[in-house]
Amino acid sequence: MSSNKKYWKSVEELDGNSSIVEALRNNEFVEEIPTDEFLGNEAALSSSSTTRRDFLKYVGFSTAAASLAACEGPVHLSIPYVLQPEQIIPGVADYYATSVFDGFDFANLLVKTREGRPIKIDNNTIAGAKFAANARIHGSILSLYDNMRLKEPKLDAKNASWSAVDSKIKSSIVDAKAKGGQVVFLTNTLASPSTEKLIADFIAKNPNAKHVIYDAVSSSEALDAFETVYGERALVDYDFSKASVIVSVGADFLGDWQGGGYDSGYAKGRIPSGAVGKKTISKHVQLESNMTLSGAAADKRVAMSTANQKQALVQIYNVVTGANVSTSLDATFKADVIKAAQQLKAAGSKGVLVSGIQDKNAQLLVLAINQVLASEAFATSGTRQIRKGSNEKVAQLIKDMNAGSVHTLIMSGVNPVYTLADSKSFVEGLKKVKTSVSLSLKEDETASLSTIAAPVPHYLEAWGDLALTKGTYSITQPTIRPLFNTKQFQDILLSINGIPGTYYDYLKAFSSSVIAGSSWNKVLHDGVYVGVIPTSAAGTADYNGAANTLAQAKSTGLELVLYTKTGMGDGQQANNPWLQEFPDPLTRVSWDNYVTVSNADAKKWGLTNEIVANGGLNGSYVTLTANGVKLENVPVIVQPGQAVGTVGMALGYGRKAALKEEMQVGINAYALYSGFNNVQSVSIVKADGEHEFACVQGQKTLMGRGDIIKETTLEIFNTKDAEIWNEKPMVSLDHKEVEATSVDLWGSFDRSTGHHFNLSIDLNACTGCGACVIACHAENNVPVVGKSEVRRSRDMHWLRIDRYYSSESTFEGDNERKENIAGLSSSLSTFNEMEKAGDNPQVSFQPVMCQHCNHAPCETVCPVAATSHGRQGQNQMAYNRCVGTRYCANNCPYKVRRFNWFLYNKNSEFDYHMNDDLGRMVLNPDVNVRSRGVMEKCSMCIQMTQATILKAKNEGRTIKDGEFQTACSNACSTGAMIFGDVNDKEATVTKLAEDERSYHLLEHVGTKPNVVYHVKVRNT
Amino acid sequence: MLSISVASFAQDAAPVAAEATAAAPAASSGGDAAKGKELFNTNCAACHKLDAKSTGPALRDVISRHEISWIYKWVHNSSDLIKSGDAAAVKVFEANNKIPMTAFPQLSEGDIDNIIAYTSEPKATAPAAAGASASAAVPGTVQEEGISNNVILGALSLVMAILIVMLVLVNKVLRKVAAANGIEVVAKEPTLPIWKAFVRNQFLVLVSAIFLLLSGAYLVYGFLMQVGVDQNYEPIQPIHYSHRIHAGDNEINCKYCHSASRVSKTAGIPSLNVCMNCHKSISEVAETTATPEYSKAFYDEQIQKLYKAVGWDATSQSYTGKTEPVKWVRIHNLPDFVYFNHSQHVTVAGIECQTCHGPVQEFEVMKQFSPLTMGWCVNCHRKTDVKMEGNEYYTKIHEELSKKYGVDKLTAAQMGGLECGKCHY
Repeated sequence: MSSNKKYWKSVEELDGNSSIVEALRNNEFVEEIPTDEFLGNEAALSSSSTTRRDFLKYVGFSTAAASLAACEGPVHLSIPYVLQPEQIIPGVADYYATSVFDGFDFANLLVKTREGRPIKIDNNTIAGAKFAANARIHGSILSLYDNMRLKEPKLDAKNASWSAVDSKIKSSIVDAKAKGGQVVFLTNTLASPSTEKLIADFIAKNPNAKHVIYDAVSSSEALDAFETVYGERALVDYDFSKASVIVSVGADFLGDWQGGGYDSGYAKGRIPSGAVGKKTISKHVQLESNMTLSGAAADKRVAMSTANQKQALVQIYNVVTGANVSTSLDATFKADVIKAAQQLKAAGSKGVLVSGIQDKNAQLLVLAINQVLASEAFATSGTRQIRKGSNEKVAQLIKDMNAGSVHTLIMSGVNPVYTLADSKSFVEGLKKVKTSVSLSLKEDETASLSTIAAPVPHYLEAWGDLALTKGTYSITQPTIRPLFNTKQFQDILLSINGIPGTYYDYLKAFSSSVIAGSSWNKVLHDGVYVGVIPTSAAGTADYNGAANTLAQAKSTGLELVLYTKTGMGDGQQANNPWLQEFPDPLTRVSWDNYVTVSNADAKKWGLTNEIVANGGLNGSYVTLTANGVKLENVPVIVQPGQAVGTVGMALGYGRKAALKEEMQVGINAYALYSGFNNVQSVSIVKADGEHEFACVQGQKTLMGRGDIIKETTLEIFNTKDAEIWNEKPMVSLDHKEVEATSVDLWGSFDRSTGHHFNLSIDLNACTGCGACVIACHAENNVPVVGKSEVRRSRDMHWLRIDRYYSSESTFEGDNERKENIAGLSSSLSTFNEMEKAGDNPQVSFQPVMCQHCNHAPCETVCPVAATSHGRQGQNQMAYNRCVGTRYCANNCPYKVRRFNWFLYNKNSEFDYHMNDDLGRMVLNPDVNVRSRGVMEKCSMCIQMTQATILKAKNEGRTIKDGEFQTACSNACSTGAMIFGDVNDKEATVTKLAEDERSYHLLEHVGTKPNVVYHVKVRNT
Repeated sequence: MLSISVASFAQDAAPVAAEATAAAPAASSGGDAAKGKELFNTNCAACHKLDAKSTGPALRDVISRHEISWIYKWVHNSSDLIKSGDAAAVKVFEANNKIPMTAFPQLSEGDIDNIIAYTSEPKATAPAAAGASASAAVPGTVQEEGISNNVILGALSLVMAILIVMLVLVNKVLRKVAAANGIEVVAKEPTLPIWKAFVRNQFLVLVSAIFLLLSGAYLVYGFLMQVGVDQNYEPIQPIHYSHRIHAGDNEINCKYCHSASRVSKTAGIPSLNVCMNCHKSISEVAETTATPEYSKAFYDEQIQKLYKAVGWDATSQSYTGKTEPVKWVRIHNLPDFVYFNHSQHVTVAGIECQTCHGPVQEFEVMKQFSPLTMGWCVNCHRKTDVKMEGNEYYTKIHEELSKKYGVDKLTAAQMGGLECGKCHY
C-alpha cells in the first residue's frame, strides 16, 4: 500500500498537459533565472570601482587586518582619585551599619562597600540589632543597581528639573488650601520617627492635610485587635525562643507573617539542648491551609481550611481559658486541635499561640489566650512598629478621591495601582486629583499615572531613622552617593514645611532628643540604639463575644488563600533577577507564581503536574474567579499538604511597569485581594493548554532513603543510643560488616596542620528561608540564567536548598515501607507509589553545596587537573584551567557542580544585571566572573577564608573562633550553618562535627566530605 | 664684607655669577650668603622661593622692599606685627591669602642678615646657559662613543673588501702570468653539486628534517609562550613621571606614595593629593635634575600638567576646584582569574618592592620588569623561605610543619602556596 503512494511536487502535476510540468522536467525553476540582469552589462561590470575580485580582496584584507589588530593587547587605564577620601583604600572593604525598612521587609545590616560601592549585605550582629536580613534584603543590593530605576523627575510624563517639581508641589499645596481641597500623604508604614514628625508638623500647620498609611499586604486586623486591648496600634514582637509549646493557627511566622523575622528566635528553641538523655526542644503545632515554611518545620501539621481554623481557634480558646463557646469544628480535626490546646495549656507561660487569620475577633482571641497563659513569648513590651496601615482609611481615601475632594495626593513607597484589588476605582480617583505626586524608585504603575513621578534614592543611598520596635532607634545611612538625580521624601517634606537645610541636618538634630545617653557618632557606628523599652499596659475586651462571633463564621466554599512568596514578597523587587530566579523553598519553582492545589482537588478537577520528556515540569491552567474578577490561564502546582477545599496563590507577581521583559512573569493576584482579605471565595475552572514551569527539583520524596535526611523523634533521640537514630552505614569487607568510612581506596592526607575548614548544617535549625542562597549569589558573582535555562536544569545556584516530602505521613514511615518490600513486583509498585508525596507529608529542607570531599570523586576524573584539593579542606576549582569536559559533574554524587553553558555576562541573550554597566557594579571584585564552557561550584568562600588569614598575618596574631565565615554561614540567622576550623579544638564547629547528631551526606560513598549535617529531631 | 661675600661665593659658583654679584646693589646690612643659603633651605624653602611666588612671596631682593628692622620683627613673630596694625605687615598678610607665617624666634639677627645676603644675590642666568651648553655637549660625547664601534666595524669591512679585491687581482695576474708562460690551467672535473649529494644521503635528510621540525616547534612554542607576557611593557603615560627622580635621586620611599601596598591587594596609584604634599612647593625641578634626554623645561611642563589635573593655581597658590583625573596607562595587568595581594608580600613577607618591580629607582619611564607569568610566581614560592619570625600567626603552624618536613625554614610552597585555589578563585 504505502509503496504506491505518489508524492506531488506541486498542484500543476495534477494537470498532465500543463507546460509547467514539461518545463520542470528539464529546468530547476519554471522561469528563467535573470542572470543577464546583473551579469549582462559587461561594461558596467568592468568599470565598476569595486569588482568582484576587488571585493574579495577587501574582505581578505580586512579579515587579515582585524586578526592582526587583535594580536595587540588592550590598553587598560588606571585612574586614581584626585583627592582620595581618607577612609577609602582601593582593594580594602569598608563596612557601614545601617537599617532598612521598605514598608514590607526590615533588618539591621552591615553593608560591605568596595571602592565606594556597596556590594554585599551582611547582618549586623551588635547587641540590640535584632532583625537579620532575609533573602529579599540580601537581594536588595542588586535593586540599588537596577537600570530600570527612575533617573530623573518627571512632570506630566516629561523630564523636568527638581526646582520645577518642587514649585509645582508647593503651588499645589497653596492652591489646595485656597480651594479647601485635601492634601493627603499616602505612604507605607514609615516607622521613622523623624519622618512622622515632619508629616505631623505639616498637618498641624495645614488642617486640610492628612496622612493615610497603606500596607500593600495588610495586617490591619491584628493591629485593630491590639489597639483595642492595649491602646496602641502596633504588633506584638514574639520571642519564640522562650516558648516550649508553639501553636500556630494559620500564621506562617517563619515566612512573612506580621513582617517575619522570627526564625532566629524560633530556631534557638529547636536545637536540642540540656542534659544528655533529657534534651529538650520546643513543640510546634501548625494548623494551616497552604503549605508554608512554618508548616514544614512543625512537629505536627494539620491541614485545614481557614473556616476550620476559626473554629479550631475558638476550640483552643475554650480549652485554655475554660470558656464554653459552641464550635462547629470538623470532627476529623477535633482530636488534634484539643490535644494541641491541652499541650498549650499545660505549658502555661512557656506556651504561645499565634494566628494569621485576618479577622479582628480571631486576633482578639490570640491576645486572650496568650494573656491567660501569661505567655513569656508574647512580649507586649517593645512592640513592632512595622505595620500601621488601616484598611478603612485607605478605602475612605479612595472614596474621597472619587468624590473629588482630594486636591493634592503625595504618595511615597506605595504602588496602589498595582497592589490594590480595586485598582480601577483608584485610577479613576487619581484622575480627579489635581496634583498627584508619586515618590518612587521606579516609574511603576502608579508613578506613570501621576502628575509628578519623583525618583527617590534607594535606602543604600539615603539617610533615615527607624524605630522598628518601640524603644529602639536605628539610623539608615547612605553607603554610596546617589546614582541618579533623586531626592528623598524627607527633603520634600522639609521643603514644604519651610524648614531650611538638608534632611541630614534635621535628622542629626532630631535624633539627639531620642538617643539619650549616647551620641550621634556611636549610634551611626553601631547602627542601633536601645533605649528604655516601654511595656504596653493590657486592657481587656469582650473575648467571649469575639469567640461567639468567630464561631458563627460560615465556610464560604472553595477558599483562595493569598500569601507572599519567600523570593518575591510584596513584589517591590520584581525587577531583581536574583529574586526571580530564587526557587521557592517549597515548590522549588522559580520565575513564576501559580495556584497551589491539593492532590485530591487536582484529581477532582482533572489538573495535572508532570515531568515531560525534556525534564521540565508542566502544569495545567485554570481560570480563577472571585468577586467577579477573573484571572485567566493561571498555572497550577499540585502542592502536597495543601488543605483540601483551599487553593493558594502568591501576591507580588504579574507586574509590567518598569520591568525588563524577562521579569514580567506571573499573574497579579492582588486583583483578588479584595477588602485586604487574604482569604477569598473562588471558583476554579480548568483551562486549555499547559504551562511550562522552571522547577529546579523534580523529585518530591526521599523514597525511604533515610540516610540522606536523617530524622528521629525527640523520644528516641533521648532514650536510644546514637547508633539507632544516627545509623552508621556498613559495607561488607572480606565477608564481614564494617563501617563504610573505614574502607578506602585512597591513602589519607595528614590534615592536622594549619587550618581545616568544616561547615556544619543543623537540619533542626534550618527553616529553608533561602537567605544563604542569595548571599551566596552576591558574594560569588553567581550568574542568572533565566527561566528557559532553569527549565533545562542549567541553573547556576552554588547553594541549593533541597526540599523533601514524605510519602507516608512521616519519613520514618517511608523508611519502614522501603524495608518491608518483598520481591521484585512489590518493589516496583511500592517504589512507584513512594515517588508520590503524601497528602499531608512531613517536609525537610537540606541545604546542599559542594561537600568539599576529602576524597573527592570529581578530582580524580578531571583530565586537566583543573579541580584539586587544598590542605585546608577546600576542593578548589581553577577556572582558567578547566576545558569543560564535565566529567567532574558526572562523577559528583551530590550534583553540585554547575556548568556555564553560555557566557552570562555582557551578553544581550541574557539581559540580566550582568548585561549592563550599572548591574555589574554589584560584582565582588575578589571573585572571578566565569566564562562560557567552564565548570563552577561552591568554593567554600575561599576568598573569605584567605582574607581572614591574611588579616591575621598582617596583624601578627592567631585567628579566633568565629572569624572564619562563609557567605552562607554569615547570612544564616538561625544558627543552622556554622563554619570554622576543625583543627582548632576549641572551635564551635569542631564540637559540632564531633557531635553525636552529626553525619555526612551519602556517607557510604566514602567521599569524606567537609560539610557536616545534623540529624533532624522532631518533637512528635 | 662685600669682598668676603664675593670670595666665598666664588668658591662654589662660576666667576660669571661673581661678576654679576659685584654689579648688584650692595646689601644694606651685609651677611654671609653661603650660610644664608643653608639657612634659607632649612627654614624658608618650604614656603618661599627666590624668584617665584609659592605659599609666601618671592624673596629675591626682599631688602629692597622692606626695612631690615621690619624684617627682623616680621621673621621673629609676624602675627604680632600684623596685630599691632603695621600697615606693611597687614598688606603682606593680605596679599598672601592670609596664611600666617610661622614665627622663627630661633633665628638671630645675624642669621637673618645671612639669609638676606643670600636673597640679595642677583638671579644667576649664566650657570643655566652653561648647563645647557654642557648638556648639549654630553650627547655629542655619547654619539662619539656610539660611532666609534661603527667606525671600527666599517674599517674592518673595508679591510676585508680590500683583501677580497686584492685576492681577485692576484688571481687575475697569476692567470695572465700562466697564459703568458704557456702553462695550461687544468679545469676541474665537474663534481656532484652539494645539494644533490645532500638529497642522495637519506640519513642526512632525515636528521636535518628532524632538526628543522624540532627547531620549528621550539620557535613556535617560544612565540606562543610570549603571547600575553608583557615584560618590559613601557607605555607612554599622560604625565612623564620619573621614578628615577623621585625614588632614585630624592630617595622617597616607595610606600610613601604607594601606601595601599601595605594593607591592600593593590599597591594603588597615588591620588593627586599625595603628589601635592610635595609639589605644592616644588613647582620646578633643579637644574641638575635635567638629563641630556629630558630638559628642565620638559620636566617643569610635567609638573604643570599635574597642577592642571589637580586644579592648582600656582600664582594664587590655591585650588581652583577644576580637576581632571589623570588617565594613567596600567602597566601590570594580571588576568582576572588571578588573585594577588600586595599586603601579603609587602607587609607579611617584607619583600622589597624591587624584587618584583626591578630597580624602579633607576627607571626614567616605568615598565614591567618581571614576566608576571605563573612559572615566575611559582618559582619564587618554591625558593623563598617564608618570613615567620615575630609573627604570632605562624608560631603554631611553623612548629608543626617544620617537624613534619624536618626543616627549620619553610618555603611558601611547603606552606601550601602552590595550591591552585590560593590564587585562582
